[in-house]
Amino acid sequence: MTTENILEQAASWRAEGRKVAVATVIATWGSSPRPVGSQMAVNEAGGMAGSVSGGCIEGAVVHEAQKTMADGEPRMLSFGVTNEMAWEVGLACGGQVQVYVEAVE
Amino acid sequence: MKRAILDRLLKAKAEKLPVALVTDLNSGLQSLVFEEGVHGEFGLDEITLIAIRGRLHQDRSGLMTDPQDEEGMGLFVQVHNPPVRLLIVGAVHIAQALAPLARMTGYEVTVIDPRGAFATAERFPGVALSDAWPDEGLAALKPDRRTAIVMLTHDPKLDDPALILALRSDAFYVGALGSKRTHASRLDRLREMGLTEAETARIHAPVGLDIGAVTPAEIALSIMAQVTAVRRGEPAGV
Repeated sequence: MTTENILEQAASWRAEGRKVAVATVIATWGSSPRPVGSQMAVNEAGGMAGSVSGGCIEGAVVHEAQKTMADGEPRMLSFGVTNEMAWEVGLACGGQVQVYVEAVE
Repeated sequence: MKRAILDRLLKAKAEKLPVALVTDLNSGLQSLVFEEGVHGEFGLDEITLIAIRGRLHQDRSGLMTDPQDEEGMGLFVQVHNPPVRLLIVGAVHIAQALAPLARMTGYEVTVIDPRGAFATAERFPGVALSDAWPDEGLAALKPDRRTAIVMLTHDPKLDDPALILALRSDAFYVGALGSKRTHASRLDRLREMGLTEAETARIHAPVGLDIGAVTPAEIALSIMAQVTAVRRGEPAGV
């Protein structure tokens, strides 16, 4: 699978009857590892495809994605050194990213 | 994301149609913007559509904020363009390493070689093959500004006609295998055939970044590194 096939993976999981959420990098500041538009698909079993950082925040995004799969509500997540969550899931590179998480119907 | 939107988006990708997925971050609603037409949960005014299609052309996803709505989060535009392409002339050993490397990098690869013993599915599993004469094969594939072309045959009667076509196309990268001496004699031939200095200056030769590559896989890596540098506008690509 290439990096461009995240939505194909999301659709294929949906077709198998799994719950799926898609996370998208919508804005970055400073030196963030993945550019705007980068995506990660997550299923309810914790399966992941793609990425939204160099691995620093994927765990936290999967956690939030589970909530979105449960309630269907989109979520806007911010990660970076100035964020209150920085101690846990700050970006080692010092950059900041904003990630939009939505459920796939 | 509504299933109908996702299905329509994937259909456009499969048909290699450029499309932008536009998300209203305030409501979560989404629409698809095509070169012609809009499909989805909300309409867009003409000025916004022009900006979104501009992003499609520039391959640039990003946020668009509405100056009338300072509190709102605005629209997020995610661009889905067809894959960039790498057209390889010469189904040689280096091409066998370059094709999978390019695919992993996100390129759609076609290998052109009229010599039947070279361009076989066994040597290039899963890669599109053309047994046309290189210049005709290239012309049929209509190289555009999202296309890179590499000549690897090392044989002037195969490489040169294709090279002329490549240099007169919009391809963002044109490279040709061969030592400095081989390239010097190639330039002499191309000049005799009427190509200008500006045209021949576009050829990356000896092909690839100078990383001391020796094996076919290492040469493929140096070529892919150079193609990447050129695509991303890095000086290392020069």
